[in-house]
Amino acid sequence: MSTFHNLQELRHSASLANKVFIQRDYSEGTTCRFQTKFPSELESRIERTLFEDTVKTLNNYYAEAEKIGGQSYLEGCLACATAYLIFLCMETRYEKVLKKIAKYIQEQNEKVYAPRGLLVTDPIDRGMRVIEISIYEDRGSSGSSSGSSSVSGSTAR
Amino acid sequence: MKNCEYQQIDPRALSVSPSSVQNHTEKKVQRLRRKWEVFPGKNRFFCDGRIILARQSGILPVTLGLIVVTCGLFFAFDCPFLVTHLTVFIPVIGGVLSLFVVTSLLRTSFTDPGILPRATPDEAADIEKQIDNSGSSTYRPPPRTKEILINQQVVKLKYCFTCKMFRPPRTSHCSLCDNCVERFDHHCPWVGNCVGKRNYRFFYSFIISLSFLTSFIFGCVVTHITLRSQDGKSLIQAIQESPASVVELVICFFSIWSILGLSGFHTYLVASNLTTNEDIKGSWSSKRCTEESGNPYSYNNIMTNCCVTLCGPMPPSLIDRRGFLPLVAASPATETELPPFPVKNDTNMCTKSTKDVLERLVRSLDSRGRCPPGAPKTTPVAVEISAAATPPAERSPPTGCSRQHAGRHTAAAPCPPFARGRERRDSFQSSNPAFRLASPSPSLSRTFILGEAPDVGFIPPP
Repeated sequence: MSTFHNLQELRHSASLANKVFIQRDYSEGTTCRFQTKFPSELESRIERTLFEDTVKTLNNYYAEAEKIGGQSYLEGCLACATAYLIFLCMETRYEKVLKKIAKYIQEQNEKVYAPRGLLVTDPIDRGMRVIEISIYEDRGSSGSSSGSSSVSGSTAR
Repeated sequence: MKNCEYQQIDPRALSVSPSSVQNHTEKKVQRLRRKWEVFPGKNRFFCDGRIILARQSGILPVTLGLIVVTCGLFFAFDCPFLVTHLTVFIPVIGGVLSLFVVTSLLRTSFTDPGILPRATPDEAADIEKQIDNSGSSTYRPPPRTKEILINQQVVKLKYCFTCKMFRPPRTSHCSLCDNCVERFDHHCPWVGNCVGKRNYRFFYSFIISLSFLTSFIFGCVVTHITLRSQDGKSLIQAIQESPASVVELVICFFSIWSILGLSGFHTYLVASNLTTNEDIKGSWSSKRCTEESGNPYSYNNIMTNCCVTLCGPMPPSLIDRRGFLPLVAASPATETELPPFPVKNDTNMCTKSTKDVLERLVRSLDSRGRCPPGAPKTTPVAVEISAAATPPAERSPPTGCSRQHAGRHTAAAPCPPFARGRERRDSFQSSNPAFRLASPSPSLSRTFILGEAPDVGFIPPP
């Protein structure tokens, strides 16, 4: 495998081709949900079912975070009783779920999206408005780009 | 309290000459900036981004002053008399109420009300594309609206020209703060901040507790003067003995009407799951709507509405105030594109974490003897991120943050507790600098509107 010491060469191996934005689905109110409609730009890149699975799982996570029930009421009442000072010490349930979401997205990127040249951005980084999926194009030849991959580990460190 | 007020950043201060791009020592000297320093809205930040206020703090000092003065006079002049003549619980109750009032007030003022970060240029371009596809192509298009169905009811979403996005339902743009705020209620000058989704409960507890406090003080002062005048003295004599009581009486009398009225109004709003904004505009009033429609957000149950509004889950802050701005990896192309606002390059410290992800992925795929087209594409991209993010950006936090994938506490040491976990989210922004360096196409290399990359505020600001 050829070695790449020059980042200029690496730069030409990949480029961002496009970004797809999955918008919010407000049909059930202001709770956080994303549309599961499969965007046409991804048709050639990823299977519909995988994409829908990801979005549905994310929607479930957000529903869990925003669920109104016994636990959220307890949290709210406790917070009110302590003049909301408890938020300084305690992590809210929403924050806990957001961490789970971040982990899930990272795992999905590793397993599903990166092999297909896609990258999913956590919606929290975009104000919970969109799920941004970046589409990368392979500009270089597959031979040279495969060589760069092993070197990148050492050069990066 | 450090007073680091928001300042307009001079783009010339940020531009780095091409020669110094290679000069790592010079870059090390540059202080890493936090995102609050380049926040585009009209807000002021204190304590290094922990506290957020509107630029015009309005009459918050007056509000605080009135409360503190009245309570002070009460404890100094009325309590001694009432303790001896009535009960010791009077100052205790007064103290608890005062504490609650002040805490709620400060919480309302200093909390992010639910500010929506502005759309990234890519997002804005995508929306523009959709609008152009469907609408006319006149120079100034008519007010852009989008109709959606919420609970089988048609709701119009307006396009915000400042934030370059369609406002989510119940969101409104506050002209005083120059931000779109979720579930916008109103901008309260007494509190010096907008009241929105995240701080409405604090605002409500503030006005309720203030109603109780003013009523309590009013009652106690009246009792005090009555008791004094009952000891064989006239009313005038009683007042002369305790002049402070009159001051308190006047303050409480005039504020009680407005505070009680406001509390009642907001109780009605909470019970019907409305915002002041919607109520004033009459968005869901029966006059405007047909018999079929009403408030689509209401649960049609007073208790549920109250619980949802006041005791619902606390949403996170979408603007990452204390996250670090990545240093600009200045190249001649990037320099020329500096906008009035500084470039918010996404090569922040923790792009390394995405690179790690992709590298690990690639190595695992390589070991299987297969090199899928996707992997090598992304890995070199990730590498150039790390190269671009030169040592100043890659100080100890990145190494800590790359470990964040394993456990967030490991990164707590270099990262201050308020910012823990924030860098983790930035890992997914690494795509942006990569493509900016790789393919400086006009739409992609254009500098980002500030306010992108909001992160979770782990701890809501005090």
